[in-house]
Amino acid sequence: MQDDFSGMEELYRDFILDHYRNPRNAGTLEGADATYEDNNPLCGDRIRMDLKLRDGVIEDIKFKGRGCAISQASASLLTEVVKGKTVAEAARIGKEDVLENLGIQISAARLKCALLGLKVLKEALSLAAPDL
Amino acid sequence: MKVASKPASVSQSLTPHDVARIRANFPILGERPHGKPLVFLDSAASSQKPVQVIEAMDDYYRRYHANIHRGIYHISELATEAYEEARSKVARFIGSPCAAECIFVRNATEGLNLVAYAWGRQHVGRGDVILLTEMEHHSNLVPWQILAQEREATLRFVPITKDGQLDLRSLDRLLAGAKIFAFTAVSNTLGTINPVTELAARAKSAGAVSVVDACQAVPRMPVDVTQWQCDFMAFSSHKMLGPTGIGVLWGRKELLDSMPPFLTGGGMINVVEYERSTYADVPARFEAGTPAIAEAVGLGAAVDYLQGIGMERVHNYEHELAQIALDKLGALSNVTIYGPGIEHRTGVISLTVGDIHAHDLASILDRLGICVRAGHHCNQPLMEKLGVPATTRASFYIYNTPEEIDLLVRGIEEAKRIFKIA
Ligand SMILES: Cc1ncc(COP(=O)(O)O)c(C=O)c1O
Repeated sequence: MQDDFSGMEELYRDFILDHYRNPRNAGTLEGADATYEDNNPLCGDRIRMDLKLRDGVIEDIKFKGRGCAISQASASLLTEVVKGKTVAEAARIGKEDVLENLGIQISAARLKCALLGLKVLKEALSLAAPDL
Repeated sequence: MKVASKPASVSQSLTPHDVARIRANFPILGERPHGKPLVFLDSAASSQKPVQVIEAMDDYYRRYHANIHRGIYHISELATEAYEEARSKVARFIGSPCAAECIFVRNATEGLNLVAYAWGRQHVGRGDVILLTEMEHHSNLVPWQILAQEREATLRFVPITKDGQLDLRSLDRLLAGAKIFAFTAVSNTLGTINPVTELAARAKSAGAVSVVDACQAVPRMPVDVTQWQCDFMAFSSHKMLGPTGIGVLWGRKELLDSMPPFLTGGGMINVVEYERSTYADVPARFEAGTPAIAEAVGLGAAVDYLQGIGMERVHNYEHELAQIALDKLGALSNVTIYGPGIEHRTGVISLTVGDIHAHDLASILDRLGICVRAGHHCNQPLMEKLGVPATTRASFYIYNTPEEIDLLVRGIEEAKRIFKIA
């Protein structure tokens, strides 16, 4: 059975499980400059992000969600990456960056899970800084 | 539905030899996803197809395809005959006294929309009640929501008990003022078998029409509309060995006769003038446009196949598999199974494993060639009620074996190991 799962151990690396069980920047922000929530209707994954900006910099970010390990770990990682970055820098983050950050092979069926956090972040950014 | 609670005796069920012979009829079971034998445990979403169905459709396209009810040439007559013969087979299969009561639609969803539109808009007015249950599939919920909004009618829901059965204690109160009582015969998420005959009778005494979502019932147990005494019933071909693209709305003839058309155009008319038309009789009135002819032929072949086995045996075998699965899965630590005990359920089992999300579990099982459904199963409000974002659902059918349940158990154990759960 062991070798049957070689691909699976890769997908569910310890740090993924860690982010899933101990999400970073978890929660909501009082007086956020922007809040956005979205879900993946096929599987019910849900993510909300709150942003606080100061002088074009993401001063604070929190997320709240439920769903699979991939979607939640991906969102958690993303909040770590963008905290302290300028809005312009954060806006440049693309799908490839997210997948590279995750560092695991994501099958087509799970891509939506992995990218839900990014979608929510982008929407929140465009609410917070509409001119960008 | 009485049969549901009868204990399965061996002779009334399928032997391993029967199942081996059945399996040989399903070409897809020879596939090897990720290099592993295909273990298909998602028949509640859509069943696989035997060669008998595939070949019937192939034969139709090769030898006698033509539009029906139009051509006066030979192969058009053959096609028309085959289409109508399929209707008669379906009628006999569900105990309908009259083939014209079976309307071919695209799927159960379209059948339920047809009732909501054609019957609902004629009869439901302001303040009327539409009664549903808390375990309805979105297909038996959304059409009624729209009707209720349009007509300023009120939706009510029969609640479910903790173990996923309908709580009928307040049924009479809920039915007061109801024009429609729409409910599922078998829950696609919890596997619960509902007492259709009783529910239909109580709807009738309250003056409501009963609409039965029989999507999960017709494939897996004997269904007889004259025993159920319901008013409408809908199901899909693709869950009962037949092709996609066709389903059946059954309705009592007097009701269907009194209903205006749903979709309109060719095939459903009687006399057409530039300004007005009169409509054809039932069932043609509800079959506008060129129908799914090959699919009807395939559905007819699926009905033949199931009848060849016998629905009592289909049901009993599935019940046996459900029992084995409940015993084996129930013995695993950190596994939660939703829904009622074996006496009230069929071979549809929803579960969660520790804090492993259903998608992660399904991905891991997929690597073993095991196909299960993960998500909300088109039952979002029910999931909220159960307090879980998603479950993993395994569903069994005539081609599944006890050995496949063992594989499922091993897969779940592996998932627990990967997620570091005891
Ligand atoms: C109980 C129930 N009702 C309705 C449906 C809808 O069936 P279809 O998508 O074939 O219209 C399904 C299928 O998922 C079901 O399980």
